[in-house]
Amino acid sequence: MADEAIVNASGTDSPAVHDGAGADEGVRRRDFINIAAVSFAGVGGLAVLVPLVSQMAPSADVLAESSTEIDISQIAPGQAIKAVFRKQPVFVRNLTPVEISEADKVPLSSLRDPQTLEERTKPGKTNWLITMGVCTHLGCVPLGAGEGEVKGEFGGYFCPCHGSVYDTAARIRKGPAPKNLEVPVYEFTSDTVVKIG
Amino acid sequence: MSFPWAKHYKPSHPLMQWLDEKLPLPRFVYNAVGAGYPVPRNLNYMWNFGVLAGVCLMLQIVTGVVLAMHYAANSGVAFDSVEHIMRDVNWGWMLRYAHANGASAFFVVVYIHIFRGFFYSSYKPPREMIWLLGVTIFLLMMATAFMGYVLPWGQMSFWGAKVITGLFSAIPVVGTPLQQWLLGGFAPDNAALNRFFSLHFLLPFVILGVVILHIWALHIPGSSNPTGVEVKTESDTVPFHPYYTAKDGFGLGVFAILYCTMLFFLPNALGHPDNYIQANPLSTPAHIVPEWYFWPFYAILRAFTADFLFIPAKLMGVLAMFSAILVWFFLPWLDTSPVRSGHYRPLFRKFFYLLVIDVLVLGFCGGSPAETKYVLISQIAATYYFLHFLVILPIVASIEKPAPLPFSITQAVLGKDDQTAPAA
Ligand code: HEM
Ligand code: FES
Repeated sequence: MADEAIVNASGTDSPAVHDGAGADEGVRRRDFINIAAVSFAGVGGLAVLVPLVSQMAPSADVLAESSTEIDISQIAPGQAIKAVFRKQPVFVRNLTPVEISEADKVPLSSLRDPQTLEERTKPGKTNWLITMGVCTHLGCVPLGAGEGEVKGEFGGYFCPCHGSVYDTAARIRKGPAPKNLEVPVYEFTSDTVVKIG
Repeated sequence: MSFPWAKHYKPSHPLMQWLDEKLPLPRFVYNAVGAGYPVPRNLNYMWNFGVLAGVCLMLQIVTGVVLAMHYAANSGVAFDSVEHIMRDVNWGWMLRYAHANGASAFFVVVYIHIFRGFFYSSYKPPREMIWLLGVTIFLLMMATAFMGYVLPWGQMSFWGAKVITGLFSAIPVVGTPLQQWLLGGFAPDNAALNRFFSLHFLLPFVILGVVILHIWALHIPGSSNPTGVEVKTESDTVPFHPYYTAKDGFGLGVFAILYCTMLFFLPNALGHPDNYIQANPLSTPAHIVPEWYFWPFYAILRAFTADFLFIPAKLMGVLAMFSAILVWFFLPWLDTSPVRSGHYRPLFRKFFYLLVIDVLVLGFCGGSPAETKYVLISQIAATYYFLHFLVILPIVASIEKPAPLPFSITQAVLGKDDQTAPAA
């Protein structure tokens, strides 16, 4: 065979010696070829994983559904609506002055995920509380945005799945959820229209 | 691989001789579940559940493949296609009920099989590998059943998928991207349904592969038995066929009666009415619970309501839930008592029954709404669950004085063993 001929040409005599650990010449050509071949195969194998893994991620059409416009003109103070953003519910809530002052009264140090209502709303529009309707525990839709639903003991939202309670700034106050309801990226495109995403 | 006195396969028909030379498949079957496999003569009915689990797997594969011929894995039509199976497909109602109740039957059988292992310490050397493969099968079964339950795309399917994949979002840093990667979106939708169907079709065959390894590993030391004393001589064993094929056949008959009772008279008893409402991403059902076979683990998940040390409550619940099963992997090294069978371990036996009660209590709480009293009971029961495996078992193993063991299986059965026992 070709590589045997090469090794023989390099001066050693018996083929048994070339294959064994007995060869003390340092690196042989065959070692180089072995390492190079295995490395190439390894890198190639790993490269194959890239498409296999990334095909699982959200596809282009799913990502493209990423903005929603909502007309808020019909929402009276104290009312809320559920809209859909990325196939998930969004709560748009028009807070009453009482609800706002209740949210402002809470000392930040007592909160699990400390944030003020002002940080969670747009300047001058503190009454518009816009959050995802997705419980930060395991993703159920909390109650409290719909007509007649229980709002929980802090007057905000209540998740029936495992009992997380949110306050009037949709901040987590009790139960297993670790975070406040997420505030999505949004802007007021006019006084009555909000664009989410 | 087997005892020296195992019978040898001798095909008499020329065709079988020819086959044996080219592909010794009949020989393999003969040595695995035929007369060529010597089995302890004293196995009780607890030893029926391995074969029954195999029957359940076959049942799920046959009914599943047939359902897949009529089912459409698209979020727009999946719910309707299941209703089409129920109403229009010939015998469709029966096949679907057989599959849905087959999953429950499978879990009943496997839970008994696992608790048989707990009581008789079947996980102890030389059978650790059989045990490890068994726990792996159980994990795969849970994944398969979870994804199967998503397929009809009802309310419970959808919210089950959301909550269970939500578990992954508890992992720090990578959690949310990981959840989105698993779902192929921000919430369960068509992408998730499709991949769940693909995996639900695949995993049972992976399970079948691991089952083959499980039985392969079993045939090296051979089956254990109710005394936990290893086989010594030929008089301790009988050939699998006809003795245990007959006993397993009888057990299968009893199983079939119970299964058919569920299938034909109570087909929805274990299901949830909300799953006959099509998935609605904007409204969570008031009381979401998983299928009954996940309840004990679900109770452990919900038991963590406050942050623990530095770990947030949500992550803690998820870790505890997975650990509840992973701890089984370490069982061969946690229970260090040299005596296997619970019959000869008076103290261990008491704790075994306490564990059974504890798991039933967890199961009850897991199926109940998330009210304070159930959460409190779950917390106590979950603590005890981990204490049992991590603290009680090692301590019992070191302080317990086991009852005297019989010299051999033969002696345990006949009261004397002429061949080997020094006068009993
Ligand atoms: C380990 C074995 C299996 C288990 C534990 C299992 C479990 C389940 C469960 C719990 C459901 C939901 C039933 C319902 O509520 O309707 C289901 C549905 C389904 N499974 Fe399986 N399954 C297994 C094997 C298979 C196999 C091998 C296939 C196909 C090759 C399959 C195909 C289906 C299909 C098409 C559905 C949707 C129809 C329906 O909902 O009834 N399954 N499975
Ligand atoms: S999902 Fe809301 S409390 Fe668990």
